[in-house]
Amino acid sequence: MIYYIGAFGLIFIGLFIILVKRNLIKVIIGLSILDTGVNLFLISVGYISKGTAPIFSKPGIESARMVDPVPQALVLTAIVIGVAVLALALSLAIRLYHHYGTLNLRKIKEQRW
Amino acid sequence: MRKIISIVLLGIVALGIILSLARIPFGVSKTKVGGYYIDKGREETGAANIVTSIVVNYRAFDTLGEITVLFIAAVGLGAVLSTRKKHKREQDLEPASLVLYTGCRFLFPLILLFGAYIFIHGHLTPGGGFQGGAIVASAYLLIYLGCRGRRIPEAGTKVIESLAGLVFVVVGLLGLSFGGYFLLNFLPKGTPNVLFSAGIIPIVYIAIGFKVGSELAGIIDNLMEESR
Repeated sequence: MIYYIGAFGLIFIGLFIILVKRNLIKVIIGLSILDTGVNLFLISVGYISKGTAPIFSKPGIESARMVDPVPQALVLTAIVIGVAVLALALSLAIRLYHHYGTLNLRKIKEQRW
Repeated sequence: MRKIISIVLLGIVALGIILSLARIPFGVSKTKVGGYYIDKGREETGAANIVTSIVVNYRAFDTLGEITVLFIAAVGLGAVLSTRKKHKREQDLEPASLVLYTGCRFLFPLILLFGAYIFIHGHLTPGGGFQGGAIVASAYLLIYLGCRGRRIPEAGTKVIESLAGLVFVVVGLLGLSFGGYFLLNFLPKGTPNVLFSAGIIPIVYIAIGFKVGSELAGIIDNLMEESR
């Protein structure tokens, strides 16, 4: 249960940052925290009490106590895609800064092209 | 004012989530498909790591789509950043100290070796193409931060990335021609827990490792080029 609290804590911290902050870099940091929270939530959904990793590394490992491998497989790719999307967002922020000269979203909204 | 509205909105969302999650038990098995993969995965795919057998065998088509998403993000980053005029403003950066420079050059091949180990042994130990590729890209990040002035050839990363993607698709098409469906595991499974086992899984995961590594290295290259 503590995993759910931690995961949703991260998700709400990320959402709060996205809603409140005006600096674009801070908004992107909030997106990253939100992404981490979602990944942690998916992993904790597949958790089984006192479970082990779903790997038959030694001969004689019982399969009854293994955690659900499906969320792990999903999160595995989601982390790498999260990194790439974060880099894409940062590159858009770089372009915005070169165009407007500021990263403050309120000031960007006031300016016309 | 804005903060108060945000907190109230988030509180409403949190209440809804708590009410719905309270009905779901924590720490017990919830899906049947996960149990099936654990019970049958080793015989059906030959991989000791069940997560790998899901990523590269049961849901390999899904993985192909996901590395396509990664590819599109990398291409989009290149397109967004390259529209600016290339201004040659080579500031005279202070060269790194001898200790830093030598340390980077010493660590670089070791990190590459570790990344290669991670993605070659993806079907036996925790790890695989995505993690190994990220480690390989971190080696290039070390070179960019530590040894200034050195850079990876851009054409090289493009070629490696394209070849790795091609290997993935060709292996899938070979499965289609041998057995009737895309990404069929047509090679012999071998004995589990041996390096040469699990059919196409190591081949596809090595291809994914090269693809992810070169894409992330290309992203690092683009961002560092911008900050120069």
